[in-house]
Amino acid sequence: MKNMTTFITATGVIGLILTASLVMGDDDKYERNERDEGFLSQLFSKKTDVAPVKNAVYKEECGSCHFAYQPGLLPARSWKKMMGDLENHFDENAELDKDTQIALTKYLVENAADDANYKRSRRIMNSLSKNDTPLRITETPYFIRKHDEIPKRMVQDNPKLGSFSKCAACHVNAEKGSYEEDDVRIPGIGKWDD
Amino acid sequence: MKKKIVVPLILLLSSHTIMADAINDMFTQYQQQGVSNASEQTGKTLWNKKFTDKKTGKDRSCTSCHGVDLTKVGKHVRTGKKINPMAPSVNKKSLTDVKNIKKWFKRNCKWTLGRECSAQEQADILTYLKNQ
Ligand code: HEC
Ligand code: HEC
Ligand code: HEC
Repeated sequence: MKNMTTFITATGVIGLILTASLVMGDDDKYERNERDEGFLSQLFSKKTDVAPVKNAVYKEECGSCHFAYQPGLLPARSWKKMMGDLENHFDENAELDKDTQIALTKYLVENAADDANYKRSRRIMNSLSKNDTPLRITETPYFIRKHDEIPKRMVQDNPKLGSFSKCAACHVNAEKGSYEEDDVRIPGIGKWDD
Repeated sequence: MKKKIVVPLILLLSSHTIMADAINDMFTQYQQQGVSNASEQTGKTLWNKKFTDKKTGKDRSCTSCHGVDLTKVGKHVRTGKKINPMAPSVNKKSLTDVKNIKKWFKRNCKWTLGRECSAQEQADILTYLKNQ
């Protein structure tokens, strides 16, 4: 029992020191990811394509009708625009009370693709010009380029799928922010080999 | 040995009261808006009623996403995401949060009927839902 307590305390102290040194580091981007990521996933972030969602309110509110898309999949300007008109959200009513709307806009903007330290976020940003404000991830040039070899019969005409918007239906590790090609299983079709 | 039996019972009891609490709160609010009684049958009819959407010309109803049998898992008609069963008899978390109930009544009535539901309509529907 005593050993356990010592262990927990020690781990806690080490954790605190490590966290503190990361937060105090002068690399602004590090700090940004750290806030949403935690120390461990930060260490292994090379494997992760976009920062996974850790915000419980976001998961609940923006994950009730569909997969909770990671903030790092669109630029801040897109999220701001979307959050300003939730009453007309892709012909759906996704209204939130004022406080939640403000809190989630802040979360989305702070973790948006613009200067996220993750490879897919950077590639999505690079594929857009300054004035592009896409409201769909599926309409960004990077997304289109990555998916243009998949035939219609596997997606739009696939009765088990229907659209590209259901990331997690094909990318089995999408919840974790991982979109590796090897982890794709298309519903009713199976593994993807190109 | 005793513990094993007592714990789930307590859980059951408390979740039951939470549901009843949220629904009682809702009914108190409806009363304040002039609703004096609610009908399960009217609620059921409204739940299953089809409304034609002006823009798409397609039929919409509460069952489009939640289904007819409320003890079963529903499916969002546009995104395909599964929706936990509405029936409190199989889903202990259902109808336990006033804020959540209000939020979805507003959204789903606007989407399905093209307008918000009146306090009377909400009271009828809720009476039907809570008994499932
Ligand atoms: C009431 C249901 C509902 C809620 C709540 C909701 N959405 Fe949506 N969302 C939709 C629908 C419907 C679509 C369109 C899906 C389609 O075309 O397949 C959509 C599409 C999207 C897309 C575009 C996906 C693509 O095709 O690239 C994004 C991004 C998005 N939503 C973000 C959010 C965020 C952020 C929130 C939380 C503030 C949210 N949604 C809450 C219903 C909802
Ligand atoms: C039809 C199933 C399907 C859906 C739905 C889907 N994808 Fe993909 N995605 C694929 C396949 C297959 C590939 C690999 C394509 C290739 O390079 O050959 C891929 C590749 C990617 C890649 C690049 C991965 C790499 O290793 O280069 C990213 C990032 C990605 N998808 C993100 C998304 C996001 C975000 C969504 C939801 C908005 C989504 N995908 C929806 C099937 C899908
Ligand atoms: C377009 C799809 C859709 C339609 C149509 C729809 N709903 Fe919903 N509804 C949802 C989703 C998604 C949820 C959230 C479920 C969750 O979070 O588990 C929900 C939740 C609810 C809740 C909250 C349940 C709770 O436990 O608090 C109520 C009440 C509700 N809906 C009533 C209705 C009524 C009444 C109608 C018809 C007027 C309707 N819904 C039509 C998608 C829909």
